[in-house]
Amino acid sequence: METVKIKINGIEIEAPKEVTILNAAKSVGIHIPSLCHLKIGEMDYINDCATCRICVVEVNGQQNLYPSCETRVAEGMDIVTNSTELIEIRKSILELLLSNHPKNCLTCSKSGECELQKLANEFRIKNIRFEGEESTYRIDNSAAIIRDIDKCIMCRRCETMCNKVQTCYVLSAVNRGFEAVISPTYEQDIEDTSCTFCGQCVAVCPVGALHERDYTWEAVEALADPSKITVAQIAPAVRVALGEEFGFEPGTDVSGKMVNVLKKMGFDHVFDTNFAADLTIMEEATELKSRIERYLAGDKDVKLPLLTSCCPAWVKFIEHNYPEMLDIPSTAKSPQQMFSSVIKEIWAKDMGLKREDVFMISIMPCLAKKYEASRVEFSKDGNRDTDLSISTRELANLIKQSGFNFKVLEDIPFDNPFGVSSGAADIFGRTGGVIEAATRTAYEWITGTSLENVDFSQLRGLEGVRIAEVPELTIDGSPLRIGIAHGLGSARELLDKIKNGEEILHAIEIMACKGGCVGGGGQPYHHGDFEIIKKRFEGIQARDNNKKMRKSHENPYIKELYEKYLGEPMSEKAHELLHTKYFPKKKN
Amino acid sequence: MINGIHDLNKIVEEKHLAEKENQTIIKVSMSTCAITAGADTIFDYFKEVIEREENDTIKLISTGCMGLCHSEPTIEVTLPGKKPSIFGNLNVTKAEKILKDVKYNKTHETDVFMSDKLQKIVLKNCGFIDPENIFEAIGNNGYFALNKVLTSMKPQEVIDEIKLSGLRGRGGGGFPTGLKWQFAAKNKADQKYVVCNADEGDPGAFMDRSVLEGDPHAILEAMAICGYAIGADQGVIYIRAEYPLAIKRLEKAIMDANIHGLLGKNIFGTDFNFKIRLKYGAGAFVCGEETALLHSMEGKRGEPTLKPPFPAEAGYWEKPTNVNNVETYGNIPSIINKGALWFKNIGTEKSSGTKVFALAGKIRNVGLIEVPMGTTLEEVIFDIGGGIVGNKEFKAVQTGGPSGGCLTEKDLDTPIDFDNLIAKGSMMGSGGMIVMDEDDCMVAIAKFYLGFTVEESCGKCTPCRIGTKRLYEILERITDGKGCLKDLKLLKDLSNTIKRASLCGLGKTAPNPVLSTLRNFHDEYVTHVKDKKCPATVCIDLIQFTITDKCIGCTACAKACPTEAIMGRAKEKHFVYQDRCIKCGACYNACKFNAIEKR
Repeated sequence: METVKIKINGIEIEAPKEVTILNAAKSVGIHIPSLCHLKIGEMDYINDCATCRICVVEVNGQQNLYPSCETRVAEGMDIVTNSTELIEIRKSILELLLSNHPKNCLTCSKSGECELQKLANEFRIKNIRFEGEESTYRIDNSAAIIRDIDKCIMCRRCETMCNKVQTCYVLSAVNRGFEAVISPTYEQDIEDTSCTFCGQCVAVCPVGALHERDYTWEAVEALADPSKITVAQIAPAVRVALGEEFGFEPGTDVSGKMVNVLKKMGFDHVFDTNFAADLTIMEEATELKSRIERYLAGDKDVKLPLLTSCCPAWVKFIEHNYPEMLDIPSTAKSPQQMFSSVIKEIWAKDMGLKREDVFMISIMPCLAKKYEASRVEFSKDGNRDTDLSISTRELANLIKQSGFNFKVLEDIPFDNPFGVSSGAADIFGRTGGVIEAATRTAYEWITGTSLENVDFSQLRGLEGVRIAEVPELTIDGSPLRIGIAHGLGSARELLDKIKNGEEILHAIEIMACKGGCVGGGGQPYHHGDFEIIKKRFEGIQARDNNKKMRKSHENPYIKELYEKYLGEPMSEKAHELLHTKYFPKKKN
Repeated sequence: MINGIHDLNKIVEEKHLAEKENQTIIKVSMSTCAITAGADTIFDYFKEVIEREENDTIKLISTGCMGLCHSEPTIEVTLPGKKPSIFGNLNVTKAEKILKDVKYNKTHETDVFMSDKLQKIVLKNCGFIDPENIFEAIGNNGYFALNKVLTSMKPQEVIDEIKLSGLRGRGGGGFPTGLKWQFAAKNKADQKYVVCNADEGDPGAFMDRSVLEGDPHAILEAMAICGYAIGADQGVIYIRAEYPLAIKRLEKAIMDANIHGLLGKNIFGTDFNFKIRLKYGAGAFVCGEETALLHSMEGKRGEPTLKPPFPAEAGYWEKPTNVNNVETYGNIPSIINKGALWFKNIGTEKSSGTKVFALAGKIRNVGLIEVPMGTTLEEVIFDIGGGIVGNKEFKAVQTGGPSGGCLTEKDLDTPIDFDNLIAKGSMMGSGGMIVMDEDDCMVAIAKFYLGFTVEESCGKCTPCRIGTKRLYEILERITDGKGCLKDLKLLKDLSNTIKRASLCGLGKTAPNPVLSTLRNFHDEYVTHVKDKKCPATVCIDLIQFTITDKCIGCTACAKACPTEAIMGRAKEKHFVYQDRCIKCGACYNACKFNAIEKR
């Protein structure tokens, strides 16, 4: 490794060439405050526009200051990071940002998590010397994401995420000077754009300019309504992240405590979305098997590859960006929506309840699920299948408000019959999991033999696009070829390959967020630390590894559900309750 | 098709032959500003008369800007064998008389002021040739430099020549042009670009427009020379869409050069290819910054990015790109033709050559001038510019546009060059020079320039986006009479933050007008905040109109007042009811007895 000799605050060090001043300083224990800069290597995410100017440093005594986040070290550089004048300048910049930022921190959704607030605190800003006009914009509401742009500090992190990583091209800077702001084109409402509501912009926003539509109070109201039977369903990725809000290590499985606290809060039934994940596999694996069989039988109209459809952001993405390819995704609903259909159409009747009497609250690592729940095809006579969808963060807030000491709660199991699930369902929460779960089942169904080793390690990993073969399962003599993409930019890359015939695949899993649902837009803020997402990933895998039942079709309650109500997978009844349609949407 | 030096020489010869004919030449300056002043009417008049009379003894030529804004429309008349005379402030009556005199072979002395301190290199053809006629350009040495480099010089020799000449970027930065070319030449790539920055945006600056309108071929030739030197075969001129005449003449020039083989494939029979196209800018000031310009050219938001990478490494479409300003390119053909040493001998040691300035403000001879570097401000303002209008007191001169600073009487002996101006707290900028007199309030001037940068900031970095806005608001507070002494310190501190921490040149220089006025006119600021008075009586909220004993009660003021703020009986002294006064000054203008005082 080539190195250069530099001096930072008088300390002579040898730093690798190409390293930034910020990182070189960090390596010798010198902290340079920064704000807009964010790099998440595993996501190919780098916000390197150096706009906030908080991290500026003096180089070789020059009048011009350099942003340390993006300036590379060079031989002989003499860097000063903490002169009185620099501190004064940093303070001035912070004051400037604060002078055009609402001061209602106490009621801000990001309070406590806000990076601007943290800096203001670090610098002990007591007084803002610069007063003047403050930007005022309308609040842009949608079912999932709220843009409160008065709070925007133009760090451009969301823009980088939306364009470079997710390739949704919804958010960008518009107008100029003091009026410059991040917005969809022509300052449209976000609901009218091709935003997928993946929520990754929210995940990286350092302030409260982008946040989820918070439904915690609606949940409280439903719990307090004696006429409602409240049912909770909780997605696999929530249980390995929720603990972070209560001092647990990321990846710690807190399902037992979570069920306990939900029951204590007044949920009548606490079920597991994992159950619906197993159900999804029953339908998707059947669909895959049938498409492959038809293909082998010479049916030229059959569409391969089969694309998973669990991720609502991904579904919206394909509707906007590849409307001509809408016959490829599986028609199976997402686990959230399958679950809600089963609850409202089967379970409620069994319990002697009307669907209106049941109030279904899903707890998801995701913001797009809020949007999915609001899609009109998922409601009947104005009554939504999923009445509310709240994120992991919102659940944490709810728990904190309820005053329970989460850390010491006893573990209790999910309610049955929808509380039992296989390991295959757990891994829905991480990239590659859905397709691995489907492969476990499809293998047994297609080959008619029992699968001994369920760990398809070739399907695991964190590369944006992965292509793997399953030699155990052959089609026309060649192995089953599977594609996996996480992050919508990677999805676009893979889909373009399919579209251009550069890649022949049989099945593809796509998740909108990097790492899969463990990295979802509704999870506790990771502040750019991808290690947290990795630990959640491992937590999910541990659950699968520790289960005896690791194939969806072995779930006894699933078998019972089909026997009693649905008949076969892909049956008419299954189609009515568990499948959906996709709609081409305009791109803007 | 022009294939070599012989063809070029032939065109020059033909031109000289034509000149020997017994013909009078009338040149009408037809730049945008001249046309605005009515030059097209004059041109049409001459054309109509000449055609009607089928007079072939008069040759009428439409040229670019002669730089005489103070006397537009202007024409130049050259009788056979006589020296040219220039006439200004033309109207049809005057044109008619001149035409009559021409017929009797009688001409008059030049009637507009022409300084002998000017030296034209970049403007040598402006107002002299017909910019829409490629043969006129060639007839005045056009494309000879391109021929010279292509047939007798290696690319490195061209770069060395430019380096030796000491030419520095005329867009404002003053970076050595040869060095810039060297960087672009050094970086290997399958494609390189030559870009001409014609996004002239300083308020009051029109040097580049005049060059493009007056001598477009010189720029094309220079870009091709640069292309040869750095190894590029494509050139793009980024020009603001608000320059339609320049665009029209450039398009014509590019077409003609292509037709005659001076652009395109195998120029002068060599294997050098070069094509040029135009890219229109939407008039954002920040797009004059080279990285922002390149982003805008790519269809992206016009925002600067961090350097490095410099355009010479990763510019247009990430390819090595050389970006120079119009005036910089304008010097190239002359340097090649006459040699680096000739150029180096003009101007000062560290700033060789000349500089074009757009002289504006309270100066008598408003116009476009080109002077050798090292000419003093005094020479420019008083000898060339003719001093202050209405014999008022000179107060300050702003160089470098909104990025520059104001200089005062004590700086008048400063020889103008890049380094001297910076040392004095201003800068060369692209060449705007605005002169102020005793009636100008320096706080209001600083506010004016800052208003411009606030509008034109791209909004990317915090100090420029919010800082300039806050700076403006402080100045506004002061001119509104709501300022306090603390505000002066705040101005200084905030200016320092913006200057040091901003991302690009726009932000880094934005506080200059504030800092230089604070330094040079501190007392004026103090009077504003302490006494709540504006000594130049410009800041409306700080002035009062009062009626003195000179009033004879004629009632003219009361009649003129739109808000009925003036009371009084006829033939008795009137008075101003201050609460109602909106300070429009109507009474002041209406009073014939100097009885109204503005303080």
